[in-house]
Amino acid sequence: MNTASPLQIFIDACLINNFVLSLFLGICPFLGVSNKTDTAVRMGVAVTFVMLVSSLCAFGIHKALLIINAPYLHLISYIVVIASAVQLVEMFIKKFSPALFRALGIFLPLITTNCAVLGVALFQTSREYSFVQALFFALGAGAGFTLALLLMSGIRERLELADVSSVVKGAALTLMIAGVLSLAFMGFAGMGR
Amino acid sequence: MATENTTTAPATPAPAAGTSGAKMIMTMGGLGLVCGVLIVAAFQLTLPRIEKNKAAALEKAIFEVIPGATTKTVLSEKDGRLVPASDVPGGMHYYAGYDDQHHLVGVAVEASGQGFADLLKVLYGYSPDDGAVVGMKVLESHETPGLGSKIESDPSFRANFEALAVRVDDAGTGIRNPVTLAKHGEKTQAWEIEAITGATISSRAVTDILHSSTAHTVPVIMSNLQTLQSSQPEGGQ
Amino acid sequence: MSEHASPASEPTSMDAFLKGLWKENPVFVMLLGMCPVLAVTNSVVNGIAMGLASAFVLVMSSMIVSLVRKLIPNEIRIAAFILIIATFVTVVDYLIQAISLDIYKALGAFIALIVVNCNILGRAEAFASKNPVGLSIADAAGVGFGFTIACLALGSVREVLGNGTFAGIRVLGPSFEPWTIMALPGGAFFVLGGWLLLFAWMRERKAARA
Repeated sequence: MNTASPLQIFIDACLINNFVLSLFLGICPFLGVSNKTDTAVRMGVAVTFVMLVSSLCAFGIHKALLIINAPYLHLISYIVVIASAVQLVEMFIKKFSPALFRALGIFLPLITTNCAVLGVALFQTSREYSFVQALFFALGAGAGFTLALLLMSGIRERLELADVSSVVKGAALTLMIAGVLSLAFMGFAGMGR
Repeated sequence: MATENTTTAPATPAPAAGTSGAKMIMTMGGLGLVCGVLIVAAFQLTLPRIEKNKAAALEKAIFEVIPGATTKTVLSEKDGRLVPASDVPGGMHYYAGYDDQHHLVGVAVEASGQGFADLLKVLYGYSPDDGAVVGMKVLESHETPGLGSKIESDPSFRANFEALAVRVDDAGTGIRNPVTLAKHGEKTQAWEIEAITGATISSRAVTDILHSSTAHTVPVIMSNLQTLQSSQPEGGQ
Repeated sequence: MSEHASPASEPTSMDAFLKGLWKENPVFVMLLGMCPVLAVTNSVVNGIAMGLASAFVLVMSSMIVSLVRKLIPNEIRIAAFILIIATFVTVVDYLIQAISLDIYKALGAFIALIVVNCNILGRAEAFASKNPVGLSIADAAGVGFGFTIACLALGSVREVLGNGTFAGIRVLGPSFEPWTIMALPGGAFFVLGGWLLLFAWMRERKAARA
């Protein structure tokens, strides 16, 4: 049983072990949709929301699988649940807030193959988080993901204006910046204690 | 009735859409069944190998932290007494290590706590004869490579655990001297752990883990010496 | 991720295989499936293990998808693909545990995360669901090996500079001070960025010469 406090878990998932910059989860959207600040924030919010939903589902599934004693079904049921959660969220938003749907629309299907979402489900299982802990873990992971995207998009927007050699432009530069950001985030490492 | 049936029969377009749904469900169901069988088969086929690997890895770690041990037996704690592990499901394990002559040389215990970055899990060996921790192995760590990870590789830090004095107090319920951390080069007492320069937090994490664990296990080990000495080691490997 | 357009001329298995290796290298050119490439390539052995595990899943799932492509209704194909992929990932997970616990521990959660490697779903959707079995296997094997090469490229640089060894064998003398940063997350970003830079520069030179 894990005894960490919810706040500790939140800070850990958000800053110390930032999903994108130190665990390398969700790199694809990080590189893909981090060129504009507002799309980055929307993507972050959408991912956080899906993380929360799938984390709650994963908690229930884990308990159910423990009862029927079938650990080998974890992965397959998690991924199916995440895929359906994304679908459900999509339908839900479409119905109740068309404006939000238009804003998030194209990102939602992408989230299914976002490893950060599956990562939340897998980590909370292996660390044996309780319900409240899992909740804060998902929130922290989402906040960390949004933060990383936001920082990156801010930098990239400024870079648009800079004079960069054509060889460096593109993914290579983005990765180098990500490296620097990741180094900066290492400064948070001691905060867990 | 019969005519009614025939009149409904031509209305097949609606059921046709239904069969498409049924087909979908059947395809997914069939696929799920095949996948399930595959997974269970893989699980069952690899299980013996995996168990063997895990047991071998654990045994290797135990013999590493209890120098001289060649056989072991697994015990668990129940109301302050050590009993065979099979009697206490899910309990914390005490691995008693014996030498070739079936003499008890030490007891290995797993302990864990918060490290610098994430959970830190160690296995340490305690020798009742020496009244000291005689070996420590990091089982799981996410400490910073090159700094905190030195707890696994730094020779002078490793030397701390060749003989770290941990004695039971007179009441038999606690330990006489708490395991504490000393700065690098300032170790004066046998129960102090000398920190690694540049990895103080990781060193302290190991110290805290060992302190809180030994404070509980050493009194248990000492009060159950008879059981430990008389327990039969598991046959052979 | 489904940029692949069916070539006009009949592609041979060899073409399908070679294409994934270099011209459409999943990591260096397509920039897909970066998470595991960055995360577990702190040593050569881990990199190769990750690459081969992903390649195995890729080939097996492409084969099955191609075999059953005519049976699966279009509406549920993505769900069906994910189910097939997740099955093989679970199988690989147990296989690695059976082969070596050390590698299993080093790769950690990233074995399970192979399931969301966009390359695998991408190949299933873009190629295997439209092509015969033999061709699909060749294509998947090409992408899988391309992926493995990328993992190896990262892993070797990071291990040599970060630890002074290659696959555990010391290659740099004892006076070499390891670059700790290479073992850290930041190092992974820098090395991959460096490789991309190198390839971009090579392309640029080629274009300038032509």
